[in-house]
Amino acid sequence: MALLEVRDLKTYFHTRNGVVRAVDGVSFDLEKGQTLGIVGESGSGKSVTCYSLMRLIPQPPGRIESGTAKLDGVDLLSCSDDVLQQIRGKRVSMIFQDPMTSLNPYLKISTQLIEPLCLHEDMPKKVALKRAIEALEEVGIQDAAKRVHYYPHEFSGGMRQRVMIAMALITKPDVLIADEPTTALDVTVQAQILELIKQRQKELGTAVIFVTHDLGVVAGFCDQVRVMYGGRIVEAGSTQDVFYRPAHPYTWALQKSIPSLQRKGDELYTIPGMPPVLKEQITGCSFAARCEYAVERCRTQPVALKTIAEKHQSACVRFQENELQGADL
Amino acid sequence: MSDAFLKLESVKTHFPIYSGILFSRQIGAVRAVDGVSLEIKKGEILGLVGESGCGKSTLSRTIMQLVPATAGRIVLEGQDLSKLSASEVRQARINFQMIFQDPYASLNPRMTVFDALAEAIATRAPLKGDAMARKVIELMERVGLSPQAMKKYPHEFSGGQRQRIAIARALAPEPRLVIADEPVSALDVSIQSQILNLIKKLSREMGLTMIFVAHDLSVVKYISDRIAVMYLGKIVEIGEAISILESPQHPYTRALVSAIPEPDPDKERLRNRIVLEGDPPSPIDPPSGCSFHPRCPYAIEACSLTTPEFFKTKNTNLAACIRVNEI
Amino acid sequence: MTRIKPDDPIVEVLQNVEKGASLWSDAWHRLCKNRMAVMSLCIFAFIGILSLLAPWISPYEYDAQNRSYGAQSPSAAHWFGTDTLGRDLLTRVLYGGRVSIGVGFLATAVSLIIGVLYGATAGYKGGKIDAVMMRFVDILYTMPFIIFVIILMVIFGKQFWLLFVAIGAVEWLTMARIVRGQVMAIKQQEFVEAAVSLGYSSPRIILKHLIPNVLGPIIVYTTLTVPSVMLLEAVLSFLGLGVQPPMSSWGLLIKDGAEKMENFTWMLVCPAFFFTLTLFCLNFLGDGLRDALDPKTSAD
Repeated sequence: MALLEVRDLKTYFHTRNGVVRAVDGVSFDLEKGQTLGIVGESGSGKSVTCYSLMRLIPQPPGRIESGTAKLDGVDLLSCSDDVLQQIRGKRVSMIFQDPMTSLNPYLKISTQLIEPLCLHEDMPKKVALKRAIEALEEVGIQDAAKRVHYYPHEFSGGMRQRVMIAMALITKPDVLIADEPTTALDVTVQAQILELIKQRQKELGTAVIFVTHDLGVVAGFCDQVRVMYGGRIVEAGSTQDVFYRPAHPYTWALQKSIPSLQRKGDELYTIPGMPPVLKEQITGCSFAARCEYAVERCRTQPVALKTIAEKHQSACVRFQENELQGADL
Repeated sequence: MSDAFLKLESVKTHFPIYSGILFSRQIGAVRAVDGVSLEIKKGEILGLVGESGCGKSTLSRTIMQLVPATAGRIVLEGQDLSKLSASEVRQARINFQMIFQDPYASLNPRMTVFDALAEAIATRAPLKGDAMARKVIELMERVGLSPQAMKKYPHEFSGGQRQRIAIARALAPEPRLVIADEPVSALDVSIQSQILNLIKKLSREMGLTMIFVAHDLSVVKYISDRIAVMYLGKIVEIGEAISILESPQHPYTRALVSAIPEPDPDKERLRNRIVLEGDPPSPIDPPSGCSFHPRCPYAIEACSLTTPEFFKTKNTNLAACIRVNEI
Repeated sequence: MTRIKPDDPIVEVLQNVEKGASLWSDAWHRLCKNRMAVMSLCIFAFIGILSLLAPWISPYEYDAQNRSYGAQSPSAAHWFGTDTLGRDLLTRVLYGGRVSIGVGFLATAVSLIIGVLYGATAGYKGGKIDAVMMRFVDILYTMPFIIFVIILMVIFGKQFWLLFVAIGAVEWLTMARIVRGQVMAIKQQEFVEAAVSLGYSSPRIILKHLIPNVLGPIIVYTTLTVPSVMLLEAVLSFLGLGVQPPMSSWGLLIKDGAEKMENFTWMLVCPAFFFTLTLFCLNFLGDGLRDALDPKTSAD
């Protein structure tokens, strides 16, 4: 049994203008110590998936319509608030995108670091403070004993993100959910933070769910990849499979759009059309409207993830029926 | 060469820091741009890259005369902009325009597309009625917007469309120099390529000279002829775009290029990434000599003593590093 | 101007232009959903219209005295009764409304125009100009209002227009401060930078770019200024410094009524009721406007 088993997660937002199907039937497994990358653009539902797992969706207008997320048998989506309280911050931690706003500006770092320890492990403050200083040193912050008493605004963006990582890992959680933690950072700082997360993950054996829109980051960092589009997973497999043998036109289009891979002088490849409006229930594939390879079947036949090769799944009906091969793309 | 289209001579932009309650004195300065000299040819697209705090945005705004330069000269088509009076600058502005980063903040939320574009067109050609409508329609079609949407407000458009409106507005006065300040950073990946294609196409069609500011090197490589790399207020390396990306010379550029994640799993795992130590120092108190020396893996004692000039390198790049030809 | 030929392609475009949804229409819809605000608007509009039509709908002349009647309590002939001089109170309340609401709006309008232009200029220019302009405001703030009015009265005698001068001189100060603050908050935004880099003149930027974007708080503050001005007028009239008899304003009527309260309660209750109701309505309307114009809940 996997560490975290998510089955058929559906999160809808009931707004004045209609129902937004932000996450529309997402399933995946996370093994112990594994790094799972969830890739997609804005509106794909990748962030909402993570927030749903931690039950951080504002309800209303959001609502987890159905699905289970079993962490060692306990369903995070339907367990009582008490049980959830014990799991959040202790067994499952989250780091967010914007280091500027994720820390409470009115509290010292020490207070914010000690909080999860006192709460979850019943540690006395003095011991917790020592742990906090160690945690800061582990994430590479110099002069930790002095800086632990600083306020968030006294740190730079990269350092704040390190503090967030320290805070998330201080209770040695089983799962770390990272929602685009490096998107707002400079590229050299991003490299530092990714190295750091990799290193700490190895030391603690934590499994990581890494949400991003940057394929390059996924390539270097993740073992498994899930590509999301329009609230659903369209391709699932190992990083090698998804990058070298893409099995969905959207994955392939994403890879093609990366500027660094394209020759200078040509026009950049662009994915035609616009991302889907998630309010309409689309029969068939949600990517069909923008897909070069779409046929009539794509728009009418219901789609689901199916295995097309060993441990490699795709939601494209043409791939499933062997009409398209990775080599064609 | 005095026939350079745009010439920057030792431009410095410092922001003073004051202290004291009764009598405030200047105790220091944020040296955002600390001595930049540059020459851009007519029709060239120069990419300007660097990380946060390097001064690229401040440099753009200094060239645009939105922020006064503390020292140095900015000469556009032979005219020294720093010597102009305020009203002369205002009149000269139709020749140089800027595309801003945030498509959500750079458009007046209370003006329709038509009003915003008409206002901008009127700076060069005060047209009225149908003649203006014709110009607006032409402009909207040029940037790929449906002209029927001209009476809509910015919030009714997507991010990519808003950026198109911003581009249209910047091009309406028919400028000759355009500075694009991270115009695609706030957009989705699939929309980025659409806007980049548009910018490249328009700059060729209209014969624009452009400075393209970005923090993403791969975006800049696609669109630029040459690339200049900035660190802590100075340019550390400048050269042909391909050359900068494929064979960077300056230690900072090497680290920057190395930090870019490649969407190729095998290559990513196997390559040696240069990971810099520490955080970039503050522009208030820059290190002595070469401002990169505290973080540079190749630094020697001499590096902390003198600020390096540009040296010619193995390829055609110019790098501000005294050891560049040894490493 | 050259005529467009019918087969010119832009003709088709111009005929099919899509309508835009401005942020104002969004705000209006939100306001309409607020029952309290809508009701307040209706009630206030009703009172306003009645007051406006006072010369045509009131049963009596406002200064028609009839000493033989003298201070009668409400009856069929006089719905609100009469005052000590036999004047019909309903008529006087309606006319009073004209003065009070009229002064309220006019003085507010004056303070609005001066305050907005002054504050927007100070906020946009910043630096020394702003410092000098706001110091001037600070100095005027310290001026004791009542004494100022008394001095004006001494110099010019008891003229009606002094009311406007006095109130206008006070109210524009706060408006200027508010507008200045708002303008300073948005002048760093990129669309203002864009306007500068397009070479637009300062007056154009202030009038077309800055003020429309701070109009929200200005509107809200204006609806709250009107009751404030009406109260000021009432205070002045109460002290005998404002409107002079035989003209009436609600303030004067309340003053008279307060003096005669023990014996002729209706003389206080009627005008006070109208006055209070109007103030309530304006305040609720202001609250509703503030919620409707709140940018955080505006279009996504």
